[in-house]
Amino acid sequence: MSTSIPADSTAKFAEYVHGERLVSTDWVAEHAGEPGLVIVESDEDVLLYETGHIPGSVKIDWHTELNDPVSRDYVDGAGFAELMSKKGISRDDTIVIYGDKSNWWAAYAMWVFSLFGHEDVRLMDGGRAKWQAEGRELTTEKPKRERTDYPVVERDDSKLRAFLPDVRNQLGQFPLIDVRSPEEYTGERTHMPNYPEEGALRGGHIPTAQSVPWAKAANEDGTFKSAAELREIYTEQAGLGTSDEVIAYCRIGERSSHTWFVLQHLLGYENVRNYDGSWTEWGNAVRVPIAVGAEPGEVPGR
Amino acid sequence: MTTDTNTDLPETLREIVEDFAETDPGERLELLLEFSSELPELPEKYAEHPELLEPVPECQSPIFLVTEVDDPDQGKRATVHLHFSAPPEAPTTRGFAGILREGLDGLTAEAVLSVPADLPLRLSLTQAVSPLRLRGMSGMLSRIQRQVSERIDSI
Repeated sequence: MSTSIPADSTAKFAEYVHGERLVSTDWVAEHAGEPGLVIVESDEDVLLYETGHIPGSVKIDWHTELNDPVSRDYVDGAGFAELMSKKGISRDDTIVIYGDKSNWWAAYAMWVFSLFGHEDVRLMDGGRAKWQAEGRELTTEKPKRERTDYPVVERDDSKLRAFLPDVRNQLGQFPLIDVRSPEEYTGERTHMPNYPEEGALRGGHIPTAQSVPWAKAANEDGTFKSAAELREIYTEQAGLGTSDEVIAYCRIGERSSHTWFVLQHLLGYENVRNYDGSWTEWGNAVRVPIAVGAEPGEVPGR
Repeated sequence: MTTDTNTDLPETLREIVEDFAETDPGERLELLLEFSSELPELPEKYAEHPELLEPVPECQSPIFLVTEVDDPDQGKRATVHLHFSAPPEAPTTRGFAGILREGLDGLTAEAVLSVPADLPLRLSLTQAVSPLRLRGMSGMLSRIQRQVSERIDSI
């Protein structure tokens, strides 16, 4: 990465293929406020930032700012440029994102930023919970960042994003990872345990998908597991091996962004795509095959 | 979106709905945060007996609630009290609970049962919070109403 903001030299990160995509809470405490670095908080809970955030950090909300209000899609190039300009972020800034729930939404924001090709985006390992657990400073004061002139860059959906026809037409040709809970995978339920029903007509999974719940990649404190542990989970147990193409999905594409980050940046798989339509699309679509039960299932005959 | 359209709400709730409508859209989250901060602690008797509270799985964050009815033999005229438990890391959910607490606590069972199910959509928060997040509040309201009707019918 061509930025002047240094990478975090923490030994754990050096074991990952692209360890420069992670920074520690220590690193953030040391570097926050440097010109060219913007700290972004992105949470599931829309009010959490307002209760207190890392000094100087700006908020980006996935529901109200990254999604298009009308189409089931993300904002377009002009919308993204306006959002970034309003937040005071420049195209060549280094962005460090952190958030609640083991950085689940932070990874989602990072994935969307990556669709627009923002070059240097990193996650703070452990997210908001770790920062808080360490008793570090939080403030309710909102930073006053000057408006920038972020260029309009069209979103590139071809490399990091998968759509239903891509998945359907190539079933069985490359690995699929289902990152939802085991109950959602088998079809016992169509939503997360303890979460609201968000509407899918059928329960189950995409035929051939391996089940690797997203949280397997995280430690208790929300940090990412070590490179060796992640290789054991994904490369060995889930059988990704040396695949040159992988698609991850969940229910609406948020949890699978966490897995996308792990596969693409921590383990270095080259072509990892997030199928953000995920189960709310697949489980409702007409004439699309599903599999139920604990086994991945076969590619149906055509 | 003010008085004319919300005459079917109890006055306490109508005032809250109007407060949100009259607040600048950019500041509505701050108002929700105030409700979140003002949500009272659980009374000790419940803090020590979490099993007496009902979970609300429609919310994205863990929240538990319980209703009490003074003199349930008064039926629909009995007074309702509400208690909630939600963690500080779920301020949005706490904010919804705070609105229901301030808007419904102390009302009669009849008034609580009369609150229309679309209350969350009338708070002018759809844009600031998103409809998906507002579903949690619907879940709380329907559970409050079910508990209240069970408590007055059980006499």
